[in-house]
Amino acid sequence: MTTYFGNLHDWLISEDFSSNRQARLHKAYLLWLSLVSNPLALAGLVVVVALVIVSALAPWLSNHDPIAQDLALALKPPSAEYWFGTDEFGRDVYSRLIYGARTTLYISILVTVIVGPIGFVIGATAGYLGGWVDVVLMRITDIFLSFPSLVLALAFSAALGPGIENAVIAIALTVWPPIARLARAETLTFRQADFVVAAELQGAGMRRILLRHIVPLCAPSIIIRLTLNMSSIILTAAGLGFLGLGAQPPMPEWGAMAASGRQYLLEAWWLTTVPGLAILIVSLAFNLLGDGLRDIMDPRNA
Amino acid sequence: MSVQFPSLSGAVTAVRNVSFKVGREKVGIIGESGSGKSTTGRAIMRLQPQGALVTADRMQFEDVDLLAASEPQMRNIRGSRISMILQDPKYSLNPVMTVGEQISETVILHEHVSKREARTRTLAMLERVNIRDPERVYTLFPHEVSGGMGQRIMISMMLISQPSLIIADEPTSALDVTVRQQVLSILDDLVTERNIGLIFISHDLNLVRSFCDRVLIMYAGRIVETLDADKLEQASHPYTRGLLNALPSLEHPRDRLEVLKRDPQWLEN
Amino acid sequence: MAMIKVDNLAVSYGHGHDALRVVKDVSFEVAKGETFGLVGESGCGKSTVLGALAGRNKNWGGSVVINGEAALPKRTKSQLALQQMVFQDPFGSIHPRHTIGRTLLEPLEIHGLGQRQERIGQILQDVGLPHNFRYRFPHQLSGGQRQRVAIARALILKPQILLLDEPTSALDVSVQAEILNLLKDLRDRENLTFVLVSHDMAVIAHLCDRVAVMQDGIFVEVTTKRNLLQGTIAHPYTKTLLDGSKGYVSPRRTKSLADPRAVS
Repeated sequence: MTTYFGNLHDWLISEDFSSNRQARLHKAYLLWLSLVSNPLALAGLVVVVALVIVSALAPWLSNHDPIAQDLALALKPPSAEYWFGTDEFGRDVYSRLIYGARTTLYISILVTVIVGPIGFVIGATAGYLGGWVDVVLMRITDIFLSFPSLVLALAFSAALGPGIENAVIAIALTVWPPIARLARAETLTFRQADFVVAAELQGAGMRRILLRHIVPLCAPSIIIRLTLNMSSIILTAAGLGFLGLGAQPPMPEWGAMAASGRQYLLEAWWLTTVPGLAILIVSLAFNLLGDGLRDIMDPRNA
Repeated sequence: MSVQFPSLSGAVTAVRNVSFKVGREKVGIIGESGSGKSTTGRAIMRLQPQGALVTADRMQFEDVDLLAASEPQMRNIRGSRISMILQDPKYSLNPVMTVGEQISETVILHEHVSKREARTRTLAMLERVNIRDPERVYTLFPHEVSGGMGQRIMISMMLISQPSLIIADEPTSALDVTVRQQVLSILDDLVTERNIGLIFISHDLNLVRSFCDRVLIMYAGRIVETLDADKLEQASHPYTRGLLNALPSLEHPRDRLEVLKRDPQWLEN
Repeated sequence: MAMIKVDNLAVSYGHGHDALRVVKDVSFEVAKGETFGLVGESGCGKSTVLGALAGRNKNWGGSVVINGEAALPKRTKSQLALQQMVFQDPFGSIHPRHTIGRTLLEPLEIHGLGQRQERIGQILQDVGLPHNFRYRFPHQLSGGQRQRVAIARALILKPQILLLDEPTSALDVSVQAEILNLLKDLRDRENLTFVLVSHDMAVIAHLCDRVAVMQDGIFVEVTTKRNLLQGTIAHPYTKTLLDGSKGYVSPRRTKSLADPRAVS
């Protein structure tokens, strides 16, 4: 078994490629090796992976129905039966935490998936074309950037109405501007590079240059930025949930759970503390992972 | 002297068992990229990156044992007794300080003189390197000076504290031909006038053979040949001959250039 | 009919007041199969002339006629395929994240050419690189190997003209010799027209038939290879460049020998 892995390791490390697949796997493997040599980043990665697994296996990991109410059992402290106690409606906090992970993950991934491509297209187009296109797009970006993100998310959320999809849209609208600026900066850096000029002189159009040439170069910084943003996305979502926007009851969401637990803080500390700790740990994990990714992927650090 | 660097697949020996002496003369080290010439120059000043291992039987500079010297001792030596001139002044000058201040800083650091005296000495040095209005140039920032002037500023900075050894690593590679001639003649004058030693590291054979007194040829971390500069045509090592024959020449035009065949025997040392 | 005919070419950067006229007024002709050199120091405008020929700049004045067709600021794909450029810096001219095969595939994709894998294999062989290099990344190749890839990329569209911007300046002496030999072989085999920009007189004299010496945006002299080799040149600036290529001229040695040509 160890010899198999030993051989696989050697094959991945070797620089003499015999196929495109091997070339790509080699690069990915080297990145992996650098990442796991950084303990903090590895810890972050472990937590993030745990989050994904917990969300996927929620039905099997929870031992009670997260929305089943039993008022007789309200506000019970943590015990063998209810690991994190119960909330004011008698629902098991532990199971709500597990299912809440799903909500958190759902919101973070959805926002990231929307914001990455859109931010990149706006920023890269502005950087590539320059001139008035650049000015117009960047001023629009500036307008969005000038508002504090939570306030902006609140405004959009209130305007769009409660609900998790509206929260996602509202958060996305506050998160895209930095990505656009980053994409624009990277595009400007590479715009005059010889290999881009060479492609243009061979007839490549803007679309091809942006997609095939600029994206692979921007990708590391954008991925890092998105990962670091995750923590603020989670916190914004929690803030929205705290204020009653975003996920609506009875759907479990960590921010909403922390909010409703506020009034019982003295007699039932677990209602706010547990989801609060979960938010803290996951945000921190994304931050550490993002820092680790930056250490290995940012060419400036190489 | 040998220098080793750590890498993914084990230690890499960049410089292997090189031995040479430099007196009050101009010694050129010629090599291609990867030959270890820059690493040798930096190792003399103990300027290696972290993790590099420098070993030697002896590394003696005047009265100092360079191998055993502590870091504070080396800091005293660098810039005042041994100076280094690098290739591109854009990267070796501090972009947020005026050039005059940087040169003065060198004097103040090593000789603890007053600011006014440092400024006077700086202006004198700038004049020495043929800069016509030193007062104006004193106030310029590095990005405001041309390549040739930048190198002359580097030279003033490196020579103002009267070193006895200069290590110049590709000092004129980024300069145009006409500017190069000016800069080198200034360097030539200063080295002769002050009777100091110069190690000139370059890949430009023609330049080194016309500027230096002696030449060392490096290949794969080893010195393969040592000659007087004007006897280069009579080089005997096949690598040196290969380099000479691979150069396109105005005096001996040929249809095809001879391609250097690397003999693994040269690596046996 | 000349392959390249340039009349009163002028190129500026910037607009209005701050416009920098890098190329002021340049005219020349290059016959098919000829190698024309542009030599000068940095900032003289030689690379800009090359760029204008390649289709890189959009604001230039004067006329550029390539293969009988007048070149406009915006060119079609087939017009662009007539002349291809090889850049100076082997480290910057290939996309760092694409495999070599991917880099060579791109022009074929853009122009919709078929038999892609065969063409890539053939061009790698033509420039002397092993077949499995198509799976490698640029950082795994040496400077000389990367320049071969740059030449392969330039030639894969089968252009008639190769525009070379200091192709060997960033290379070691031994590698330079290989690349110069390769360029000569390819030129002779495919009957290519070369326009070569360099600051190195020896390289220019080695490859070129005719040479233009450029200073401050204009040609100060246009001469032949033979004149360069014999030293029969007209303009003093050309003489300065020729002397400079021999290395350092020590004023003390010249004073003692009293014969400037005895140095080197």
